Amino acid sequence: MDYTLLLIQVLNGLQLGVLLFLVASGLTLVFGILDFVNLAHGSIYMLGAFICASLTYVLESYLLAIVLSLPIIGIIGYVFELFLARPLYARDHLDHVLGTFGAILVIDTAAHLIWGPAGIAIPLPDYLDGQISIAENIEIPTFRLLIIVVGLTAAFGLLWLVNFTRLGMLIRAGASNRTMVAALGINIRSLFAIVFALGATLAGLAGMLIAPITEASLGMGNNIIITAFVVIIVGGIGSVKGAFVAALLIGLIDTLGRAFLDDLFKIFMSTTAAENSAPAISSMSIYLIMALILSFKPKGLFPPRLR
Amino acid sequence: MNKVVAVLIFWTFFIPSAFAADIKVGFVTTLTTPAAVIGNDMKNAVNLALKHLGGKAGAHNIEVVFGDDGFAPDTGKQVTDRLLKQDKVDIIAGYIWSHVLLASRKSVLDAGKILISSNAGPSQMAGKLCHENFFSASWQNNQTPMAMGEVFNREGIKSLYIMAPNYAAGKDMVAGIERTFNGQVIGKDLTKWGADAQLDFSAELAKAKVSGADGLFVFYPGAASGAFTKQYHQAGLKDLLPLYSVFTIDGISLPKLQAANFSGIVGSKVTQQWDPSLNNQANKKFVTDFKEQFGKYPSFYAAQSYDTINMIASAIMAVDGNMSDMAGLRSALKSANYNSLRGKYSYGNNNFPIQNFYLREVVEDSDGNWTTEVVDTVFKNHQDPFAAECKLK
Repeated sequence: MDYTLLLIQVLNGLQLGVLLFLVASGLTLVFGILDFVNLAHGSIYMLGAFICASLTYVLESYLLAIVLSLPIIGIIGYVFELFLARPLYARDHLDHVLGTFGAILVIDTAAHLIWGPAGIAIPLPDYLDGQISIAENIEIPTFRLLIIVVGLTAAFGLLWLVNFTRLGMLIRAGASNRTMVAALGINIRSLFAIVFALGATLAGLAGMLIAPITEASLGMGNNIIITAFVVIIVGGIGSVKGAFVAALLIGLIDTLGRAFLDDLFKIFMSTTAAENSAPAISSMSIYLIMALILSFKPKGLFPPRLR
Repeated sequence: MNKVVAVLIFWTFFIPSAFAADIKVGFVTTLTTPAAVIGNDMKNAVNLALKHLGGKAGAHNIEVVFGDDGFAPDTGKQVTDRLLKQDKVDIIAGYIWSHVLLASRKSVLDAGKILISSNAGPSQMAGKLCHENFFSASWQNNQTPMAMGEVFNREGIKSLYIMAPNYAAGKDMVAGIERTFNGQVIGKDLTKWGADAQLDFSAELAKAKVSGADGLFVFYPGAASGAFTKQYHQAGLKDLLPLYSVFTIDGISLPKLQAANFSGIVGSKVTQQWDPSLNNQANKKFVTDFKEQFGKYPSFYAAQSYDTINMIASAIMAVDGNMSDMAGLRSALKSANYNSLRGKYSYGNNNFPIQNFYLREVVEDSDGNWTTEVVDTVFKNHQDPFAAECKLK
């Protein structure tokens, strides 16, 4: 019985991990290649959730809503880059933080005005709303399995794009040495815009995938963005592979911590003490891991070479 | 710039004197973050109460100044200080969240003002931290789950799995159920709470599912209730692990749950000190007018906020607007001499209500809307368990 629970929790951790990866990959690309700190990345994630929720009610189909929301979010990302990020590239990081923090406030308040404070629940079609049996005694909600599949597909698609295509080659080259890429005659501006829109689309997709579970709600982006920063720092800023490994690691540690830490603590302390300390320790577990990894590898697990 | 300063000085010194007869009530609630759904419901109820009163308590105008706590204790304390020092309010009321109330209480009580909680009822403030100037218009946190525990005993439930948010009220709720429930608590999880609350409960629900408990007891107020209920259904627990809750399935979440068609919710039972179906004149008027004006059933938060304003109005009338007569205000509040929506109740030594707790069931009303109605009285004139720790007589 214990092993099946462990397996289910590993799957839950995987699901959280792939969602984190979708958000973190865009963040790490933008931070690594454009050297741009985008705090408002989480707001795009929230917009993805809200737009998809609204479209679900209009189109009466969740899957159709996703297909339509993805290009919308891509365009929002592109426009965001054009009007907000581009004028800030030449400034230092503090200006990026100020500018994008302002964008968070504007986007959050706009969402409050448009959709209200209550948040929107997305109804799932019946075939996604049930449970699926993946082995004897192991049942997980169908939709969570779908998140894992979609997330992993997007992750491997992105890894393929970055590692085996010409665009990916340019992205990696940009992450290593921006000036050299520009000197070789590559239009760095349009490359930046594409990367930005790609990152926004992935974050939006994450928002669309989580919304049927937690609802589209205000401030949901600010919640995940901190964890996403932990992921890209642990993974090495600018590395998609690093973001992937770190996202799964953080997802698993967070979920397994929440699931098993109190039982673990009960072995060597009283039940009350374990029940009180476990939630506190598990909510800081990812930061403890970050501190540990950074003390051995200050540039993260897979830092891109030659920055 | 100088002009602005001049206008501000004018404002501070001259304008207020023009309304010297007004009595200002500060009302702290959550108006941003997803928890604003609760805050807006309370704000609507406060405004409805003022409308019913004609904006007056006897001969005195009541003005309510709202403050937004942003669902965070530090912001709540700041806004409380601002209401006291800048808006110079005479009474402070409101507070949804126990941790916000605990952080803000000292500011109000040190300023020598009356503090009334419209919702939060942390155990600390019913016991050791009780104060003659603090009154609750709602309940003490532990009481509602205590009533639920009593219901479990009556229904013969032997074992429970418990989930609640990890903050002051969440801990009180868990303690409340453990106080009266005779069966065994097989497992419990306290999850992260606040503006960045944990809303994905996959790990906890998986644990609950294999725990083999007879029931799952949760406390997820406000926006979290929708997310929780949804995941509970998606995890396929409906037939395996019946859901019991306090402050989770209410006037706030029911319309949303109905829109998403979670029909499993109909028939589920919760405990509360108030219900829209309670049969008294004041409650009927409140529920009818609230539904007419806002198109939905009022939540218990709304009912308690409506009570708060009426309670304050009764005290203002008793001292005839002399807000420095603290002893007069206190004895008027303590007498609970107003038409409360829950019916007649009294105050204990710690200024928390001694009142009935009802078992309510989720039903569909004649218009097809989901609401609750009273099916049983669990506790009659129930006093919270912390009153004995309070030094007040």
